[in-house]
Amino acid sequence: MPTMRHCIQFLLNDQTITLNEVGTGDMLLDFLRLNQRLTGAKEGCAEGDCGACTVLVGRLVDDELIYEPVNGCIRFLSSLDGCHVVTIEHLKGAEGTLHPIQKAMIEHHGSQCGFCTPGIIMALYALWMRTAKPSREQIEHALQGNLCRCTGYEPIIRAAQAVCYDQDWPRSDPLLDERAMVKEALSKLKHDQSVLLQKQGDSGPEQIFIPANEEDLANFYAEHPDATLIAGATDAGLWVTKFLSSIPALIHIGNLKALKTIKYKGDSLTIGSGVSYSDAMPDLIKAFPMIEPYLLRIGGWQVRSMGTIGGNIANGSPIGDMPPILIALGAEICLKSVEGSRQLPLEDFFLAYGKQDRQPGEYLHSIHIPLMAANNEVAAYKISKRRDEDISSVAVGFNLVIENGIIRSARIAFGGMAATPKRAQAAEKTLIGQPFSEESMIKAAQILEEEFTPLSDMRASSAYRMKVAQNLFRRFYLEKANGFTGLEAAQ
Amino acid sequence: MTKGLKGITHQAIPHDSAAKHATGSANYADDIPEPVGTLHAYLGLAEQACGKIVNLDLSAIRAAPGVVGVLSAADIPGHNNISPTGLNDEPVFATDRVEFWGQPLFAVVAKTRDQARRAAKLAKLELRAKKPALSISEAQEAGYPYVSAPLKLERGDVQPALQSAPNRLQGKMVVGGQDHMYLEGQIAFAIPGEDEDVEVFSSTQHPSEAQHMVAHVLGIASHAVTVSVRRMGGGFGGKETQMNIFAAVAALAAKKWNRPVKLRPDRDDDMMITGKRHDFAIQYDVGFDESGKILAVDADFAARCGYSADLSGPVTDRALFHADNAYFYPNVCLRSHPMKTNTVSNTAFRGFGGPQGVIAAERMVEEIAYSLGKDPLEIRKANLYPAMDSTEAQENGHPNALTPYHQSVEDNILHRLIEELEQNSNYQARREAILAHNESNASIKKGIALTPVKFGISFTATWYNQAGCLLHIYRDGSVQLNHGGTEMGQGLNTKVAQIVAEAFQIDLAKIKITKTTTEKVPNTSATAASSGTDLNGMAALDAANKIKSRLIAFAAEHWKVETSHVGFLPNHVQIGEELIPFPDLIEAAYMARVQLSDTGFYKTPKIHWDREKGMGRPFYYFAYGAAVSEVSVDRLTGEYRVDRVDVLHDVGRSLNPALDKGQVEGAFIQGMGWLTSEELWWDEKGQLRTHAPSTYKIPLASDIPRIFNVELADWSEAKELTIKRSKAVGEPPFMLAISVFEALSMAVASVADYKICPQLEAPATPERVLLAMEALDGTREAS
Repeated sequence: MPTMRHCIQFLLNDQTITLNEVGTGDMLLDFLRLNQRLTGAKEGCAEGDCGACTVLVGRLVDDELIYEPVNGCIRFLSSLDGCHVVTIEHLKGAEGTLHPIQKAMIEHHGSQCGFCTPGIIMALYALWMRTAKPSREQIEHALQGNLCRCTGYEPIIRAAQAVCYDQDWPRSDPLLDERAMVKEALSKLKHDQSVLLQKQGDSGPEQIFIPANEEDLANFYAEHPDATLIAGATDAGLWVTKFLSSIPALIHIGNLKALKTIKYKGDSLTIGSGVSYSDAMPDLIKAFPMIEPYLLRIGGWQVRSMGTIGGNIANGSPIGDMPPILIALGAEICLKSVEGSRQLPLEDFFLAYGKQDRQPGEYLHSIHIPLMAANNEVAAYKISKRRDEDISSVAVGFNLVIENGIIRSARIAFGGMAATPKRAQAAEKTLIGQPFSEESMIKAAQILEEEFTPLSDMRASSAYRMKVAQNLFRRFYLEKANGFTGLEAAQ
Repeated sequence: MTKGLKGITHQAIPHDSAAKHATGSANYADDIPEPVGTLHAYLGLAEQACGKIVNLDLSAIRAAPGVVGVLSAADIPGHNNISPTGLNDEPVFATDRVEFWGQPLFAVVAKTRDQARRAAKLAKLELRAKKPALSISEAQEAGYPYVSAPLKLERGDVQPALQSAPNRLQGKMVVGGQDHMYLEGQIAFAIPGEDEDVEVFSSTQHPSEAQHMVAHVLGIASHAVTVSVRRMGGGFGGKETQMNIFAAVAALAAKKWNRPVKLRPDRDDDMMITGKRHDFAIQYDVGFDESGKILAVDADFAARCGYSADLSGPVTDRALFHADNAYFYPNVCLRSHPMKTNTVSNTAFRGFGGPQGVIAAERMVEEIAYSLGKDPLEIRKANLYPAMDSTEAQENGHPNALTPYHQSVEDNILHRLIEELEQNSNYQARREAILAHNESNASIKKGIALTPVKFGISFTATWYNQAGCLLHIYRDGSVQLNHGGTEMGQGLNTKVAQIVAEAFQIDLAKIKITKTTTEKVPNTSATAASSGTDLNGMAALDAANKIKSRLIAFAAEHWKVETSHVGFLPNHVQIGEELIPFPDLIEAAYMARVQLSDTGFYKTPKIHWDREKGMGRPFYYFAYGAAVSEVSVDRLTGEYRVDRVDVLHDVGRSLNPALDKGQVEGAFIQGMGWLTSEELWWDEKGQLRTHAPSTYKIPLASDIPRIFNVELADWSEAKELTIKRSKAVGEPPFMLAISVFEALSMAVASVADYKICPQLEAPATPERVLLAMEALDGTREAS
């Protein structure tokens, strides 16, 4: 590798931070609270579920400055090279005046104990910056990653509505005012070198590699096949904060441009493995509008800003949100290494629980999703205890090709029903050649009992998983044939 | 010149810390700057549920990076016990037996929290394991003892009344527990002083108890221990006793190494170590007539208490106190069974057993309604205690107004409250529409329910109903207010300051609300039982009145006027013809050597309770409320949505309508969480597997009712002489969420034409809702 840097640099509010020594387990929140004494962001759960640690991370995308809310608790400090980190302390105006969102929260009694408040304000701030006059649903969507245990949210929503509606838009604001300055500062931090940080940790040497290009990534990974690849860290962050894993070597690919592309090629949509949920969402919704309600229930905003679809696949979880629908859509993945690249159907990637078809030094490059024909009937459903920001007990993707009322092909894939995301092949077979009717769907659903033996755990019992999986076959029919839209219709 | 005051009582002003919350500058215990040399402690936990300790090898911990030392029971100079009721059943560190998964065995002290936490994982525990009894039924089968003495409440002659009743129903209900999920977890930060002194910053609702426990564990006098708390990031009962272990261990380490020590568990560990709301298994036998009037109730309330008593005695008592909810039981016998189990020791949680009692009463109402084919609201109305202005209510001890504990209900406003709510929410028409909808729609089932709540206000431990205050006025006219209550978000400090502002007729901004500390006000009660404002507000008023009367006497003498010609006006004092700014009076009083500081004290009058006899007046008064909830349920998946909620709630004359409304809304949603998505799930080995927000799901913004109308009954005024005729608000509205549960129940019942009362268990997760519908569908197909 030609030249290598040995430090990272980022903006923290209005100062430039340069770090030469960063541990593989160092998280942004600890850096803010312990090192910088910026204690506005709080630790509520250390797993990216409560949002009390929400800060904004700004980055330059094609010369545009984009701010997104992230969970400081599971955000690797080393992943911030070239970014702008904004904390609640930066929201006050020059003379200590309150930001309109802060004022609205006070006036509408949006805080009680106040512990979640800085995080909630940061999420609302991110919404306020990018969405003029958001709907109530958009406000709730923006707050999916923030828990409040005191207020019952109603006054928070009132505050958000007041600030977004009752006053003029747009308004003066630290980040809007500083935009040009920050852009310039971030451009100066831009570089085209790979970064290698090394440190002696408590349990041995630690190294962090941030490749500047795919070649560096492939080479470094080939030399260090045991290194941990980190894209969004919404899963891997918990290895550190919850399981106290020591990571000897990690590679950040979350900001690698080559993996962040979204392309339409022929009749397929190709999504780079480093594309976040937030970035992928508009194209996914455009290509597959019927799965929008499903996509809107994935994670909280903070998790969607960081987490990637590639990571959701590569971590091999049997309860990831994306694999069922992607398998149903017939997605293929592209794996790369110094040896070259190969393509395989997504369903073949998942070999067994915790085991995927990925060779040493091989990384997930991209996901290819075939676009639908007019006669495809597609849907995705998720069942969970709580509607939003919950891990599914059962997730399913349906993709049927129907010609003249007859089912010609069927791809149905489940999450949460087996040790891996898995196709319901026997049920699919039963459907082919049958008329698209409630009876056909009920009959196919019965076959599920032959090919799935779901677990009972804290999310759901085996009996419920099976029953609801079967009932979703009927839901699919009612939706496609009768326009039934579940609880939305009850409104 | 006098202008109106901002911040006196009955005004809707923001929480005193709101601006600090919003700017991130409100300090919580973990935000206090750490002095140089601060060490960090972390608790080591048992990873098995039950058995005799054979060996605990801590050698690997001592060798781990950054470790300064390890603390176990042998390092405790005082008592290895923190039982809040003095039962000696709750060790700081287990010594010979492990009684639940997650029980603390030792603590590691290290240079950083991360090092302490990692080292704590290196212990090797050898256990002669025994099969744990996790649930109430397992404990009953295994013959486990009660953790504290059970209670029986009895009135009338229940068995003959049941036998002669025209209708009789028996049933069983399972009600799950609940984790507090306060956003700020447990934390203690101890700084050693000279001699035996130690100062502890604790996130606690009960600083005096933390002080007492630290002294007890260290074997020192209470005067050497100071416990302080500026604010908590939520409490909900979870910091009434559960802070004890953290405060005691931090103090122990601080004294041992003579260094500041912080102890903050990770959320997962917090949820494993600390107690929760008790889950209950309730069995009832109810007799009633053809109109649905209840004639007799016989019921057993068994609770999962965990391995030790903690507050399980008073919690299960309060469940019985509320097993009548708003309804008169002519003949009644209620028994509590506080079961020991091999789970974490359950504790206080908003409502303190009351919600579990109330939900049982509402289940009996449902049973009666479905069996008679009537609207449950009709049954509710038929059984209400007499209205406040009725002759029965006015005659003390009238048999129709007696609760199972022989206290007369004399202030019942539910008749009017329900009437208004029923009208304003358009209940009857909506119920008709829902019945019609369910008739024609197979996929979405709807339900609606109106449920009331009557909640007894006062600690049932009578001695807890006392409070103190220390009030200073400085020479510049600024006021420092210290009281014994703690601020956990409920706005207590704001309300108490409003009371003082009104007493002196000064702007709220002139009053500094300090942290709560055992140095200023001793022997305080927990800020709990919704009583914070009732008690501390009165104590503050007492202190203010003492100083005021001295100021009046001084002014009269100094300006040579009658005392009746001295009056407090906004930021001024009228003395005869003169109008003097308040600070000027204070300065003059100071120069004349008038005492400008005083203590205040209050104890709730009229209350008494004889637990042996099950008779007395445990409650000073009752708070009331009612809610109507409407839900839609997906027949295929059991998923649901709360479409609309209307609440009418009684806080007497509100001291601060904005804060009170916030309490009502927040309590409702928290109660809804308890009954819907919040599920505690233990695996067969006894490990709690829902121990963080990733697995334990409290409501989100998108879960709240699509329409949420919350009103305070502004015509209500406390009958008793409470502070400014207001009423307590923290807990009562929590139980309004039972209306959501009952509405879900109705949607389920629609599957079998409302002929059978669904045996829905709480929490009604989508799974339980679907399986309940499937069960009813089964009965219909079979019939």
